[in-house]
Amino acid sequence: MTTSSKAISQRFVETVLIPMLGIACVIVLWAITSATLVKALPSPLQTWHASKLYVLEPFAKRGELDQGILRFTWYSLQRVAKGYALALLIGTPLGFVLGVSKFFTKAFDPIIQILRPVSPLAWLPLGLVLFQKPDPAATFTIAMCSMWPTVLNTALGVRSIPQDYINVARVLQLSKQKRLFKIMLPAALPYMFTGFRLSLGIAWLVIVASEMLTGAPGVGGFLWQEYNSLIYEHLILCICTIGLVGFVLDRLMSMVEMRLRVA
Amino acid sequence: MAFLEARGVCKGFGPRDQPAQRTEVLRDINLELERGEFLAIVGYSGAGKTTLISMLAGLTLPDQGTITLNGKPIRGPGPERGVVFQNYSLLPWLSVFENVMLAVDQVFKAKTQAEKRAHVERYVAMVNLSHAIDKKPAELSGGMRQRVSLARALAMEPEVLLLDEPLGALDALTRATLQDELARICQVSGKTILLITNDVDEGILLGDRIIPLGMGPAATLGPSIAVTLARPRDRKALNHEDTFKSLRGRVIEYLLGEGRKQVKKPRASAEPVASSLASAPARGSEVTP
Repeated sequence: MTTSSKAISQRFVETVLIPMLGIACVIVLWAITSATLVKALPSPLQTWHASKLYVLEPFAKRGELDQGILRFTWYSLQRVAKGYALALLIGTPLGFVLGVSKFFTKAFDPIIQILRPVSPLAWLPLGLVLFQKPDPAATFTIAMCSMWPTVLNTALGVRSIPQDYINVARVLQLSKQKRLFKIMLPAALPYMFTGFRLSLGIAWLVIVASEMLTGAPGVGGFLWQEYNSLIYEHLILCICTIGLVGFVLDRLMSMVEMRLRVA
Repeated sequence: MAFLEARGVCKGFGPRDQPAQRTEVLRDINLELERGEFLAIVGYSGAGKTTLISMLAGLTLPDQGTITLNGKPIRGPGPERGVVFQNYSLLPWLSVFENVMLAVDQVFKAKTQAEKRAHVERYVAMVNLSHAIDKKPAELSGGMRQRVSLARALAMEPEVLLLDEPLGALDALTRATLQDELARICQVSGKTILLITNDVDEGILLGDRIIPLGMGPAATLGPSIAVTLARPRDRKALNHEDTFKSLRGRVIEYLLGEGRKQVKKPRASAEPVASSLASAPARGSEVTP
């Protein structure tokens, strides 16, 4: 065996086999628990049988409440995209202003710290009151909850721009606009992307809660509906799906983030 | 009136209303630089060398006194004073070409895109970096980065070039190579240059004139010493030349003698200055107490 193929198989063991082992352990533990301690918990096999249809035909649409799991995921993602976009649209400039101005930081930091820990379950009813419709209320909730990491990290990024870069801009007498786009934005971008990634994580976290409360079709809505229909196997299917999608989103964002770090 | 002139310049840091907590960095700085002249200022680490160059660049303003360029007082930074910063200050997301282009774009707004491009390429070639023109700063060595920084400053075609310990962060060998290159570029461009350094040999090798800067706080400039050595100067031959030895002796004598006595009262802030000197790597005839 050559050294490079050895290295590849080493990588395979580390990135695939060992994590698989961990997953297998959890499934075994789950099977034992459902068989002995908590009889109400569906076993792995039961879960698979009940979910097979939704997983193997992921985009099927058999009815409003009976669709493939990826189709539901797609609905949820669209909703998340709207709220997330709104969060970035508001959060990035807000963070920039906070980073540039000490006055704004002093004025608005307390209110941000107060609004930041508010749960999506608390924002949603307010959204419903404000917009009278579930969809904009969900967008509002996602935006309100996921905005803060973007705001805070953008502000941090702007504050951490090295004085050297600012000096370069001053010696060259760059215009305000050029200073913003040629110096400040690129310098703060790695921090901003960390904020974007964290925000996306929160946005995805919030979607389930908002769909549960509004009953909109999506992974969260499906989960709540199946709970009400006593089909507990599907709860586990939904949890796994939500987790996997969140994982993939985070991976994608951190790939972009890594690229920016290197540059 | 000299081309670049400082008169009675003082600068301190700390709260203005509490003199007890305020550290005076530079006191009564008087400086004259003629057009086309290369002046080297040699001084201790932490003596306020960077503060001095920041004021000449207009990045900070003096507390007292005036600085004039061409008879006009300096009120802020501007492209007619090109600065090469100690830590390169290249923008890491831009390539060598783009870093220089940012400056050229700003200074020569009237030129066409093709002219600007040629202009950038000319100055990158001047610092021997044409082969690395599309590289990012992170892909370059310290010496190469500093050459990019020099190219950027030169490409602005400034009236005066301010070099703030440009070679301070480099290893001894790279430093020597770049000193020779700097000497060559300066002669080619015929610019008015002010170099700040902590290396006496470097000052003598490059400068037409050398002025020692005493130890802080409240550092002042020592006597101006003309470097009478003919150009081009060969570093290997210089080491054995008597003029060189006596020049070096005079500068070091001032720095270790009169330049050190300037500390009027022992202050806590004088301590880190001394220790930073002691921890500096021994290099040639660098100032050591």
